[in-house]
Amino acid sequence: MDLFEYQARDLLASHGVPVLPGGVAETPEQAEAIAREIGQTVVVKAQVKTGGRGKAGGVKLADNPDDAKARAQDILGLDIKGHITHKVMVAQASDIAEEYYFSYLLDRSNRTFLAMASKEGGMEIEQLAVERPEALARIAIDASKGVDAAKAAEIVDAANFPAEVRDQVIAIAIQLWDVFAKEDATLVEVNPLAKAPDGTVLALDAKVTLDENAGFRQTEHAALEDAAAADPLEARAKEKDLNYVKLEGEVGIIGNGAGLVMSTLDVVAYAGEEFGGVKPANFLDIGGGASAEVMANGLEIILSDPAVKSVFVNVFGGITACDAVANGIVSALSILGDEATKPLVVRLDGNNVEEGRRILAEANHPLVTVVDTMDGAARRAAELAA
Amino acid sequence: MSIFLNENSKVIVQGMTGSEGSKHTQRMLASGTAIVGGVNPRKAGTSVDFDGTSVPVFGGVADAMKETGADVSVIFVPPPFAKAAVIEAVDAQIGLAVVITEGIPVHDSTYFWAHAQGGSTRIIGPNCPGLISPGRSNAGIIPANITKQGKIGLVSKSGTLTYQMMYELRDIGFSTAIGIGGDPVIGTTHIDALQAFQDDPETEAIVMIGEIGGDAEERAADFIKANVTKPVVGYVAGFTAPEGKTMGHAGAIVSGSAGTAQAKQEALEAAGVRVGKTPSETAKLMREIVGA
Repeated sequence: MDLFEYQARDLLASHGVPVLPGGVAETPEQAEAIAREIGQTVVVKAQVKTGGRGKAGGVKLADNPDDAKARAQDILGLDIKGHITHKVMVAQASDIAEEYYFSYLLDRSNRTFLAMASKEGGMEIEQLAVERPEALARIAIDASKGVDAAKAAEIVDAANFPAEVRDQVIAIAIQLWDVFAKEDATLVEVNPLAKAPDGTVLALDAKVTLDENAGFRQTEHAALEDAAAADPLEARAKEKDLNYVKLEGEVGIIGNGAGLVMSTLDVVAYAGEEFGGVKPANFLDIGGGASAEVMANGLEIILSDPAVKSVFVNVFGGITACDAVANGIVSALSILGDEATKPLVVRLDGNNVEEGRRILAEANHPLVTVVDTMDGAARRAAELAA
Repeated sequence: MSIFLNENSKVIVQGMTGSEGSKHTQRMLASGTAIVGGVNPRKAGTSVDFDGTSVPVFGGVADAMKETGADVSVIFVPPPFAKAAVIEAVDAQIGLAVVITEGIPVHDSTYFWAHAQGGSTRIIGPNCPGLISPGRSNAGIIPANITKQGKIGLVSKSGTLTYQMMYELRDIGFSTAIGIGGDPVIGTTHIDALQAFQDDPETEAIVMIGEIGGDAEERAADFIKANVTKPVVGYVAGFTAPEGKTMGHAGAIVSGSAGTAQAKQEALEAAGVRVGKTPSETAKLMREIVGA
């Protein structure tokens, strides 16, 4: 889960990282009130989970509370690369003497954590990594040891930070590790880490990504989720504990196992080329169990998507037997009754497949077509959606 | 031969008394796996009956190994306790720890991976279906009745695609099929399995299944080019996955332009691997190679 800047800032502050005073506003009036409290020049920043806010007009300075209100008025509702701005952060403005970069992230390739630091911050780090790789220090971190004062010093010295900020940056590096480790983050990035004219080093902007698998021990993280931004179908699926992702196509997909469902989407898109570019409408993995109830919940979500014109149920009976899945489909259709209005193409294979197909044949539901192979079923589902 | 698991493997189950653990212990026993014990500190000294087979419960992995000579542990322990369970298995120096558990925080898996470095334990998973050497042994949740012993080796990030591919090629059979898991940080990689299949005289050809996220497939492609002389066919899932969305598996995510299925397919093809557009087409490519 990616956090908004204001959430990242609050999280950093709660671990002692120095940040500037500020708050988040959903209305121009709230922005005005925050600016009044700060009592000096503020910066009003669009809260969207994408880069390039400045260029899009989403970051403005304001000299006084009235000005902050007006700037918030301009920025709220702004469309930045398809992200609508619903909130602004109002923070004390700071003059910047120097900009640095600091991050911790998960390094999948090396199965470890990585610290990246540079005394040349401010620009996009991908750009710096390409243009001046020697300016970006990359230090691997042993996950079983973490970052102590010595490791923090190693990182800061590798990045060759100026002597007058070294101690401050080392302290911040330790605090940021605290955020990364204790909050189960997979990314903590501060860009810029800035030196103010008085020599103080501050985190001026931050990106944080949290690991959703750690929800069982990070009980406060659920409140950070941006419920407003979620697709309504995705939100409903989540309530029912379904692993669902909305896509832009016409063929609803239900399958078991993440890999098989991803593969099903591809096979449908591939088959759909023949029918004017028909595409999958969603990802939905109902998992190993595939009970009637889960099948009904899944079908209900998919059939309520107005874009869906046909549904492809693709199940390989590994642990689950196909007869149980077939019974699940039949019960799901009877639970849904008149709500089930779109054709279903079902492909079953694996454990007890004969019995599964027999159950579907016997039920003889007018909406259901059984096709023996995955490729053939995908083609039929695409054809029905064309 | 097979890789990582054979008829002499003695298997214990950490989390055997839980619902998933006991269901799959039953299935592993039914498929002929030598399950020699379970681990649960609160039930040490008891035993569990599985259709007439009595399996003793030990207080710890080290005890179980000492008493039974176990060399494989299959771990079903729930996410909050999985890190401690894997560390216990590593500290007991068991040869193979198969971590089935889904939903382990990545800080925990990165920790136990680091902890296992320099030790003698191979970790498979987490968030994986385990591995099967058909006709010999089954450590995990892969259905044993799909196929038989044979000459194909299979390595995959996905469980159900493993089953699907085993089913497509069920008449030919497999030396070992191994699901390495869909998490961002996993123990055994495609490369480790490719190396083992290359060295295994029984394996004549290899199927490698990948999916979006990370660069494991690209690295595997480089490895194949340099080190694998046996024929490899490939399949990659996730061409239609949108950027920035996690597709079921915690590690299955395209980030910016990184981790796309397209890039993985191109890397594999550049290494001489034939890549199928669908699982069935991939199976067909394998049939052409093994002449069946």
